[in-house]
Amino acid sequence: MPDAPESADATDDAADDGIEAGVDRPGGSGLGAAAGAESPGAPDRVAMRVWRGDPGGGEFAEYELAAQDGEVVLDVIHRLQATDAPDLACRWNCKAGKCGSCSAEINGRPRLMCMTRMDELPEGPVTVAPMRTFPIIKDLVTDVSFNYEVAKTVPAFSPVPEPPDGYRMQQVDIERGQEFRKCIECFLCQDVCHVIRDHEENKPRYAGPRFFIRFAELEMHPLDTNDRRELVRQKGGLGMCNITKCCTEVCPEHIKITDNAIIPMKERVVDAAYDPIGWLGRTIMRRHKRSAEEAAAGGQ
Amino acid sequence: MTTVEEATVTAVEISGTRGGPDVPTLRRDGWWVQPLVSATILIAFVVYSTWAAFVNKEYFVGTASHRDLLSPFYSPCLVASCVPGSHPATVITWWTISPALLILIFPLGFRLTCYYYRRAYYRSIWLSPPNCAVADAHSSYSGETRFPLILQNAHRWFFYFGLILNVILTIDAVEAFREPGLGIGVSVGTLVLCVNAVLLWLYSLSCHSCRHLCGGQVKSFSKHPIRHKLWKLVTPLNAHHMKFAWASLIFVALTDLYVRLVASGTIPDHRLF
Ligand code: SF4
Ligand code: SF4
Ligand code: FES
Ligand code: FES
Repeated sequence: MPDAPESADATDDAADDGIEAGVDRPGGSGLGAAAGAESPGAPDRVAMRVWRGDPGGGEFAEYELAAQDGEVVLDVIHRLQATDAPDLACRWNCKAGKCGSCSAEINGRPRLMCMTRMDELPEGPVTVAPMRTFPIIKDLVTDVSFNYEVAKTVPAFSPVPEPPDGYRMQQVDIERGQEFRKCIECFLCQDVCHVIRDHEENKPRYAGPRFFIRFAELEMHPLDTNDRRELVRQKGGLGMCNITKCCTEVCPEHIKITDNAIIPMKERVVDAAYDPIGWLGRTIMRRHKRSAEEAAAGGQ
Repeated sequence: MTTVEEATVTAVEISGTRGGPDVPTLRRDGWWVQPLVSATILIAFVVYSTWAAFVNKEYFVGTASHRDLLSPFYSPCLVASCVPGSHPATVITWWTISPALLILIFPLGFRLTCYYYRRAYYRSIWLSPPNCAVADAHSSYSGETRFPLILQNAHRWFFYFGLILNVILTIDAVEAFREPGLGIGVSVGTLVLCVNAVLLWLYSLSCHSCRHLCGGQVKSFSKHPIRHKLWKLVTPLNAHHMKFAWASLIFVALTDLYVRLVASGTIPDHRLF
């Protein structure tokens, strides 16, 4: 098929293999300059092109170091910090693909550095650049505050008043939003989304895939009382997304962002804004559709 | 040592200088293969179907050959100029150009507004973006918020029409078992029409609007058990929507081609049993 999502598979492997990262395999020799040279066929040197710079400008710096078995890109960056480039800035925390800190662009693809094995990358220098969509602070560290600003504009969960015997939810309803709660806020999806990656002027009126899943999670919550459809249409820029699915391709948590959140939200927006039958139904049943302002104010 | 009080807070930067080089992409893999393949198939289909819609002949294999095979591009054949045997009892008399042009509007609209094809042609034809982390070829962008792309929101209406057409093409497939003068039988043509109908059903039932209308729409699955069941039925199909989209697109063209080759006498339609 022409459009098989290649990167989904690639990250699958990365996720599986990442667990072993750092564990010496039989034949590997742990830390040391000649490590890796013993596994037959494996290259004994790795070449890295790492972006060095700040808001004043920057360029790729080239490094070469000994290859080691089972390493992920983040390991190599750490070894560079320990050797050739002690002032190289990068953000990381868990080294387990769970904190969402180490996002970068490896060979031009937005990925987690701690989940990208060196031996799955093609031969030749490995390019590591900061996320393109966010302003640079230093080297591989970007300022992702845009996302925190957007987060503030998504009206919080506003549940129905608590019944005397407490809130109850059925398993099917709980399971529905579970996928969206896997998000680790790595913002790779926001980074790859061309709506803001290539058209920065859209930032003030675009929530982005990470927050479309937040909208979807709330809209699919049976206890929630708000109706955020007009809000996500008018202020969240849902219509700007052209469902080209790059967010889904890069998500390290394999959240089906486009199929399970964005398209269902687009369909809900059609119900609310573009479907004459929906309008007729609302008029006959005297149902009120919340305006963007009412939704933003939250509450019941 | 810096104390918490002394630490300066980084100012919130929404937009500012970006890191990395100013190049359209840093990808070194064959990112262009995917859009190229999609564009080639889509353009080939458009060219073929336009030609097939305008030629206005050899779309029906009828009694003379002991068959009842109608090309999906010309079904239902509703106008007076339709070849004898291919049309229903009442026809539209004022339509004088190719009958295919009357019908193809609906499948064309259905596929043009399909969420999957939108992805395919926005990437491969419009290059917005050509592939992930490859720069958009356009300097400004408003997505699907303005005319004409805001019309993509009409997809569910084309879905409804698509269902009607599927019923008609299913009837055609059933009628393809008729072999006038010989009785009932199965020929290669019968199978071709049957596979075509099945693929079109799979394509329609895996549609995202269908999934929404079946049950995705509701806020609480537990309060709508029947709609939840329907949703669970179509969701596994929906996961394969891309495959069904390509398979049904290619096969519908092949079906037309097959009927055309048989109708023109280029190949015989082998009777299987
Ligand atoms: S599918 Fe939409 S949100 Fe996701 S990357 Fe593409 S344009 Fe952005
Ligand atoms: S949705 Fe996926 S890609 Fe986006 S921030 Fe969450 S985990 Fe990262
Ligand atoms: S360091 Fe936590 S996700 Fe990579
Ligand atoms: S989404 Fe493809 S047909 Fe509806």
